[in-house]
Amino acid sequence: MRRNGEIMTSKFRTKNVEVYYSDKKAIRDISLNIEKNIVTALIGPSGCGKSTFLRCLNRMNDVIENCSIKGSIHLDEQDIYGPDIDPVELRARVGMVFQKPNPFPKSIFDNIAYGPRIHGLASSDNELKDIVYNSLEKAGLIDEVKDRLNDQATGLSGGQQQRICIARAIAVSPEVILMDEPCSALDPIATAKIEELMNELCESYTIIIVTHSMQQAARVSKKTAFFHLGDLIEYNDTDKIFTQPENEKTQDYITGRFG
Amino acid sequence: MTKTSIKSRRARETRLKAYGIASISFALIMLATLLISIGLNGYSALQQAYFKVEVSIDVEKFIDESGALNNKKMNLFNWDSLVQSALIEMFPAVKDRDEKKELFAIISANSGYDLKETVKSNPLRNGSQNLAVWLHLSDDADQYLKGRLSIEIPEEDRRISDKQIAWVDSLVERDIAKLKFNKTFFTSADSREPESAGILGSVIGSALTLFVTIIFALPLAVMAAIYLEYFAKPGRITDFIEVNVNNLAAVPSIVFGLLGLSVFLSTFGLPRSAPLVGGLVLGLMTLPTIIIASRASIRSIPPSIREAALGLGASKMQAALHHVLPLAAPGILTGTIIGMAQALGETAPLLMIGMVAFIIDIPTTFTSSATAMPVQIYMWSDSAERAFYERSSLAILFLVAFLISMNLLAVVLRKKFEKKW
Repeated sequence: MRRNGEIMTSKFRTKNVEVYYSDKKAIRDISLNIEKNIVTALIGPSGCGKSTFLRCLNRMNDVIENCSIKGSIHLDEQDIYGPDIDPVELRARVGMVFQKPNPFPKSIFDNIAYGPRIHGLASSDNELKDIVYNSLEKAGLIDEVKDRLNDQATGLSGGQQQRICIARAIAVSPEVILMDEPCSALDPIATAKIEELMNELCESYTIIIVTHSMQQAARVSKKTAFFHLGDLIEYNDTDKIFTQPENEKTQDYITGRFG
Repeated sequence: MTKTSIKSRRARETRLKAYGIASISFALIMLATLLISIGLNGYSALQQAYFKVEVSIDVEKFIDESGALNNKKMNLFNWDSLVQSALIEMFPAVKDRDEKKELFAIISANSGYDLKETVKSNPLRNGSQNLAVWLHLSDDADQYLKGRLSIEIPEEDRRISDKQIAWVDSLVERDIAKLKFNKTFFTSADSREPESAGILGSVIGSALTLFVTIIFALPLAVMAAIYLEYFAKPGRITDFIEVNVNNLAAVPSIVFGLLGLSVFLSTFGLPRSAPLVGGLVLGLMTLPTIIIASRASIRSIPPSIREAALGLGASKMQAALHHVLPLAAPGILTGTIIGMAQALGETAPLLMIGMVAFIIDIPTTFTSSATAMPVQIYMWSDSAERAFYERSSLAILFLVAFLISMNLLAVVLRKKFEKKW
């Protein structure tokens, strides 16, 4: 689809999104379009609302008490806060990986198989096995764990646990994967592995990542949005943001003058 | 400067430690004193004085046309006089009516009944035959043999006369009376006669009651806890419910008894003295305890587990049932068992719904009349006979053992189901 000569490949379109915790406004007036099949990074200092915004995209904020949302968010052409959308269904389309690796205290196999099981994605045990193996393979974990699928997932290293969580999200075949500072609890080697993984995964999934590390944003993302105190300050190609930012605040942040 | 302050800090620490050790030792000594004194009072109830009587029974009398024992015929027979005449044979010198009465008082008033039951349970050959049976001596003779009745006090103030003492002594000398293991205590229900009274009736009553309690309270409490933790919208109504759940935990238990009386008995017309009603009342009483324990346990599960499930598209209910509840189970279980232990030891609410009744049959269903262990202890401790005193002590030991094993079970189950991550 072409409009005004520009290729429209937006996955998410958000318009005037505002989020309140009780009376406190956490983010205000965020309008941005997130493109399909690339990695988009959300950066900004602590408390700037980037995680809040990320959690709006699969309605994880619904779980938080006293949290209310205004504005509109469209996934493809569908309003995800519309009356005909079930958040449960939405979360199957928009998966999430959290800051701290949080595998279920179950076996590796059961961890990956949980999503397909509750959504009824596999009609037989063999099919389920295929899904688990494929997901682990996509998460680059298959060689490390194929001999111990029945071991507790919580016994793995932090980096492996986080990749289990990614595999678990992939197993439901989502369209989008949200990552909320997925590497902040990991060492540099594990981080490098996950970044590499993101590069591969963005061929088939739209990835949105919240990160504290500007280097990480620069390394993995194609587009970057800079948040500050609940406002979207700048949203552009990552190259542009890091080399010639338009806004002074962005400039200050990426050069380390605050943050 | 620093040196002196460190010194005084150390001294304070040592003192605090000493206070702690002192208070723990004090508590342990009190507990030991309590258990030992109850034990000393109760251990003698493990034995009971029996005497041997030889009777000749004509089986033909009790057999009907089909050749089986006929209950009606057996009930009509005067078993008491059979035992009594056997006793008189042992003491031929006793002729006088009053003296005979005095003699019969050294054996249990239930001797005839006991003999009949023994005959019933014994396979009998046809024809007349002699049978040697050990029957209970009366509670006073029993207490005398155990040395629990002082014979120094004047005869008229004593529960056992000089003559009776002489007869009992003579039976012991002839080796046809002795202390034996008190099987009756473990196999029968309550009785007016201490020698025929046992705790089995109340143990089964307690078991049936607790069964109803757990079936009623556990699912309700867990559902309430999940609802309050995950589904309830914060607001006035939820706050009101929360406050009242906590209040309910502090309501005196007798109030629950009154509630049971007016709701279950008067309004719903459920049977009086039934384990069903007792279980419902105790269930209401333990409900807040289990709700509070379950909520604490659910809250202690890291929210990240629930978020992970929700993030995968699990519904709130699936996240709770598949992930949170299995992890919270050990805590819920512990809370439940502690609640059950509390219910097991509860007397007051059961008094209100009639479980305090004197019941000689062992309960078999949830609606048959029953009593519970603490109520049984309460009733025995209220009786005049000295033999009931030792029996209530033994029953207390039983109750305590029951409670300790329930708490141990809680610890073991907790250890077993606890998952690490």
